[in-house]
Amino acid sequence: MTTKPLLKVENLKKYFPVKKGLLGKTVGYVKAVDDVSFYVNEGETLGIVGESGCGKSTTGRMLMRLLEPTEGKVEFDGKDLTSLTSEEMRKTRRDIQMVFQDPYASLNPRHTIEKILEEPLVVHGIDNSKERKKKVREFLEIVGLSAYHAKRYPHQFSGGQRQRIGIARALMTNPKLIIADEPVSALDVSIQSQVLNLMQDLQKDFNLTYIFIAHDLGVVRHISDRVGVMYLGKMVEIAESEQLYAQPLHPYTKALLSAVPVPDPNHQKEQILLEGDIPNPANPPSGCTFHTRCPAKMDICMKAIPKLFEQYSGHSVACHLYSELSGNDIKQMEGSL
Amino acid sequence: MGERKTVLQVKDLQTTFFTDSGEIPAVDHIDFHVKEGEILGIVGESGCGKSVTSLSIMGLVPKPPGKIVGGEILFEDKDLLKMTERQMRRIRGNDIAMIFQEPMTSLNPLFTIGNQMTEAILIHEKGWSKKKAVNRAVELLELVGLPRAAEMMRDYPHQLSGGMRQRVMIAMALVCDPKVLIADEPTTALDVTIQAQILKLMRDLNTRLDTAVLLITHDLGVVAETCERVIVMYAGQIIEEAPVKKIFEDPQHPYTKGLIQSIPDMRYKKERLYSIPGNVPKPGSIKQGCRFAARCEFAFDRCQKENPALYETSDVHDTRCFLYDKEGVEMNDNKTLVKS
Ligand SMILES: Nc1ncnc2c1ncn2[C@@H]1O[C@H](COP(=O)(O)OP(=O)(O)OP(=O)(O)O)[C@@H](O)[C@H]1O
Ligand SMILES: Nc1ncnc2c1ncn2[C@@H]1O[C@H](COP(=O)(O)OP(=O)(O)OP(=O)(O)O)[C@@H](O)[C@H]1O
Ligand SMILES: [Mg+2]
Ligand SMILES: [Mg+2]
Repeated sequence: MTTKPLLKVENLKKYFPVKKGLLGKTVGYVKAVDDVSFYVNEGETLGIVGESGCGKSTTGRMLMRLLEPTEGKVEFDGKDLTSLTSEEMRKTRRDIQMVFQDPYASLNPRHTIEKILEEPLVVHGIDNSKERKKKVREFLEIVGLSAYHAKRYPHQFSGGQRQRIGIARALMTNPKLIIADEPVSALDVSIQSQVLNLMQDLQKDFNLTYIFIAHDLGVVRHISDRVGVMYLGKMVEIAESEQLYAQPLHPYTKALLSAVPVPDPNHQKEQILLEGDIPNPANPPSGCTFHTRCPAKMDICMKAIPKLFEQYSGHSVACHLYSELSGNDIKQMEGSL
Repeated sequence: MGERKTVLQVKDLQTTFFTDSGEIPAVDHIDFHVKEGEILGIVGESGCGKSVTSLSIMGLVPKPPGKIVGGEILFEDKDLLKMTERQMRRIRGNDIAMIFQEPMTSLNPLFTIGNQMTEAILIHEKGWSKKKAVNRAVELLELVGLPRAAEMMRDYPHQLSGGMRQRVMIAMALVCDPKVLIADEPTTALDVTIQAQILKLMRDLNTRLDTAVLLITHDLGVVAETCERVIVMYAGQIIEEAPVKKIFEDPQHPYTKGLIQSIPDMRYKKERLYSIPGNVPKPGSIKQGCRFAARCEFAFDRCQKENPALYETSDVHDTRCFLYDKEGVEMNDNKTLVKS
């Protein structure tokens, strides 16, 4: 595997204006994504997890420039995407595809599945009509649907079937990078396995790179080489997947891992319950935005914003518990957490 | 625990879609019941008819092309299938609420969250002032853990994240204190900490008001932690039913076994996940034999020829598989007992 970054994101921000009154005066901003930096190597999978509403989908949409970043740089395959003209960007989208979170909202209800799947090929002038139709049928089978589904409309499918149509669409143009936003959340575990295995096979065969956004931490662990954890618009921890699950550092990551439902009715769970109100992204808490709910809060947390900091090689965390401490101190604190 | 009343009973339900390319028997002779204060889990293959079953109960199957071609749905002993649209609307507003699988199918993109919430409240609470309804709406949004609830009232659905929309839907379902709550994949877009909070909310509702909950989910962890009893569906039929412990300790139907084997394990990483070989049959395509036979490692002659009944393997456990035909009593699809 090569270790060249295919995608490099620097200080990415998206602030949505909050409007009030009849005249729509801007009275503040929802800081949906607030200064996020990360990279993804060619051929690897970066998992992104985090609280609902923390900015995962917004990040994904900015990478494809379906949303214009408020600030920041997105470098893909050596090109700065934020400086491309819309025509250049349109061409680049052949190489970056997205599986959207809400399949119902992202499939045109008036088009047949065939037309929906064919469209990215038509847009980028790939293949002739006959080849395209053949490809559509091929990809339907790949995602566990059948050729007979091609003539149907989106509303005639179940939720999980629609999700697979979204996956097939993203694969059609043979892209380099796929941003998959909750691609398997509506699938039963067997089909989920089938799709995940397929994604891994395609990755090997075509050296595909994935950004995999999901809430299911078991799935994320399985598919990802590295995992980033977001909280309220910020990346709070990022590490190799094995490392993150074995030794989570950020208190939010720990709470998250402890809350995973276990498929065993006899299991006694020791869940770290997060107290306190969920903060308002239009008016985030001072200092570390997690301090209002953090079980390990210190005085400094209310005052200073912790920086993402490489604690161990390849394992970064944004938390005051660690920034000034050595590895040994951390081991001691872990006992008391 | 005393004997609890059955609030909802589905009897021999059949819902079919009549499309240009043929009939799709999405729900094919289904029988089950839910008691008050019970949380019943429904799991099964994607496309096996879980959502269509819920829509049938709610009287919301799109027709055409859909049609309920047989069966009864008894809510407090009254057949919902015999009710007028007007009576059904009253049932939906007061007694049976549903959280839909895809929030965008049921939120109107053209109206604000506030608009949609207060309207639902005013339908339920006739005579309330607008202001009172607005306050109640904000309260419900806070209850489902939404930040900046008051401001969110002015937002349109597209301005919310996937998980926020899902919680708005849940808040709407809580507007009336329902007797039956059908939750179709209610937490797929939520992170596990908020998921835990929502499941707790459902359990509270369930104990506080004795609400019967039908929980449809693919997350077997959620099933293990939340449900009392579980129904497993495959290709439009119920193929297994048992208390939650039994489903995990002694899964009987080969499909159920395969499902449990497919769960990715959080504790260690496998090279490759298990998945049940083959694909789901096209609905209605299997005219003869067990619908799972083509994918089943245990299949024998009889499985290709006859359609298995739901066999009672213990007094709380039913399985639709010939492997369990040896002993006990056989049940046919009408749930009348037949000595074998
Ligand atoms: N078009 C928009 N206008 C205004 N605010 C928006 C818009 N899109 C998203 N937001 C806000 O940005 C924040 C982040 O949303 P985003 O969809 O990125 O979250 P997410 O991490 O994908 O959450 P989920 O896990 O629930 O899907 C939320 O507070 C949301 O309300
Ligand atoms: N409007 C429709 N027209 C034709 N067929 C339909 C329609 N709605 C659903 N179906 C079909 O009915 C079957 C059952 O669908 P249903 O939505 O109940 O599945 P499900 O069990 O909820 O699946 P999932 O877990 O993927 O949500 C599917 O084969 C689907 O294609
Ligand atoms: Mg999202
Ligand atoms: Mg469904």
